[in-house]
Amino acid sequence: MSTAQPNTPKISLQGVTKSFGPKKVLQGIDLDVPAGKSLVVIGGSGTGKSVMLKCILGLIEADQGSILIDGQDTTHLKGHDRDEMMGKFGMLFQGAALFDSLKVWENVAFGLVQGRQMKKRQAQEIAIEKLIAVGLRPEVGHLYPAELSGGMQKRVGLARAIAANPEIIFFDEPTTGLDPIMADVINELIRDCVGKLGATALSITHDMGSVRKIADEVAMIHDGKIIWQGPIEKLDNSGNAYVDQFIHGRASGPVTKHGTHTIQKQTAS
Amino acid sequence: MNSAPESLAYTLDEENTSFLTKVLNSIQAVGHTILYFLELVGRISRFIGKAIAHCFMPPFFPAQILRQIIDIGYYSLPVVGMTTLFTGMVLALQTYTGFTRFNAESAVAAVVVISITRELAPVLAGLMVAGRIGAAIAAEIATMRVTEQIDALTTLSVNPFKYLIAPRVIAGTLMLPLLVLIGDIIGVFGGYMVGVHSLGFGAGSYITQTWDVLESMDVISGLVKAGVFGFIVSILGCYHGYHSARGAQGVGAATTNAVVSSSILILIFNYIITQVFFS
Repeated sequence: MSTAQPNTPKISLQGVTKSFGPKKVLQGIDLDVPAGKSLVVIGGSGTGKSVMLKCILGLIEADQGSILIDGQDTTHLKGHDRDEMMGKFGMLFQGAALFDSLKVWENVAFGLVQGRQMKKRQAQEIAIEKLIAVGLRPEVGHLYPAELSGGMQKRVGLARAIAANPEIIFFDEPTTGLDPIMADVINELIRDCVGKLGATALSITHDMGSVRKIADEVAMIHDGKIIWQGPIEKLDNSGNAYVDQFIHGRASGPVTKHGTHTIQKQTAS
Repeated sequence: MNSAPESLAYTLDEENTSFLTKVLNSIQAVGHTILYFLELVGRISRFIGKAIAHCFMPPFFPAQILRQIIDIGYYSLPVVGMTTLFTGMVLALQTYTGFTRFNAESAVAAVVVISITRELAPVLAGLMVAGRIGAAIAAEIATMRVTEQIDALTTLSVNPFKYLIAPRVIAGTLMLPLLVLIGDIIGVFGGYMVGVHSLGFGAGSYITQTWDVLESMDVISGLVKAGVFGFIVSILGCYHGYHSARGAQGVGAATTNAVVSSSILILIFNYIITQVFFS
């Protein structure tokens, strides 16, 4: 477990920028995620949500700024140190990203067997436990991912994300492509799993139903910057025109198909 | 209004500027192409260096290496076997009909064995494996890239170079020489079949002639080529798959690029290795 000071944010991004060629995707992200809380980042398509998540995970290296995990700067971690840091993370990908050449239980146990050199038998037991935890029958463990529905694949992805009891779990569009009932099931599972583990969760989504279900705090990203952050209770009265437009899904407002004006971050107290 | 000489001077000036712009644009385009090429060479070299380093640094994934050995070695055997068998048979026929013009039919066995071991088995096996394995490696890794499975590996504390790239490179480099060695035997056997059963050579004399003319360097040079070709096919398959663009088109392009680039490099390195061994 972490040795950070009690008030140190679990995740802290300070002035993070990232460009791809001439395109500036992140333009100075400042974001704190308190330990044990579930923070959801909302924002339109192409605003930099996924890039921000990949920067935190180290899949993409930020150009400037700092990414602190438990107060430790991880922005340029490489090799063994990065692998060690990865041990704190669990991640549920948008499309589940299951390994299609492996059985379901092998997918769930993958990080334990290959990443932590756990014995296969022990890892299989944990995998079955986690499958049950996400509401799947143990027999599902012997199927291949291609034999599962989208919702079941998401559950397996969630089981894999929590298999190693991570301190931080990332959720990338956890309910995209699911029917409303299955989306709600996944939201409940996320809430349940994160609560039981006592983990810190950082999710990105467009789905407002999901936001209201899983968030303790919400932040809105727009044009590569966090423009509002506050508790879920303040979301409907954020006083931010961009947030209002987004949560009500209105076509008219400050965000138009042609772009927007420059805006400063607001924080709800 | 401009006077006539002033107008003419203006037109000439405009023509000169337009010509200069065209020249500068052409130079710029050449410069861009050179820079792109150098960047590509740099990226591939870095990828190769990283892949080789991970082939020798633990942890290793023996199950993955074994799986790739079976995929690349065992399952390519029918393709390589058929290719070398028919190449040996055709070579015997062609050599016989061609050499008859110079009353040199007796050289058929020698031509078959030298051609097969030095050139045809390694090059044809290399090209066939490039089509079969290079494409499969590129498509599989590109699909994993597109569906975020490679990112998932990283988040599960597994280095994709160790788990995906190194096993394929090790298996490709080790298996192609073995395939070529078997291909050598099958190719020579094809020539023998045609020579003995169709062209009227005596079985004993054909084998003796083959054995007499064959030198260890003929086989060794072919196996060295095969090792290099196996490395080229596997590393380029991995490179193009790993750097695939998003979507179905990206996977398709990765597959095509892997096969085309490895086929061309096989032909280039075939010349270089032949030059080293036999010049």
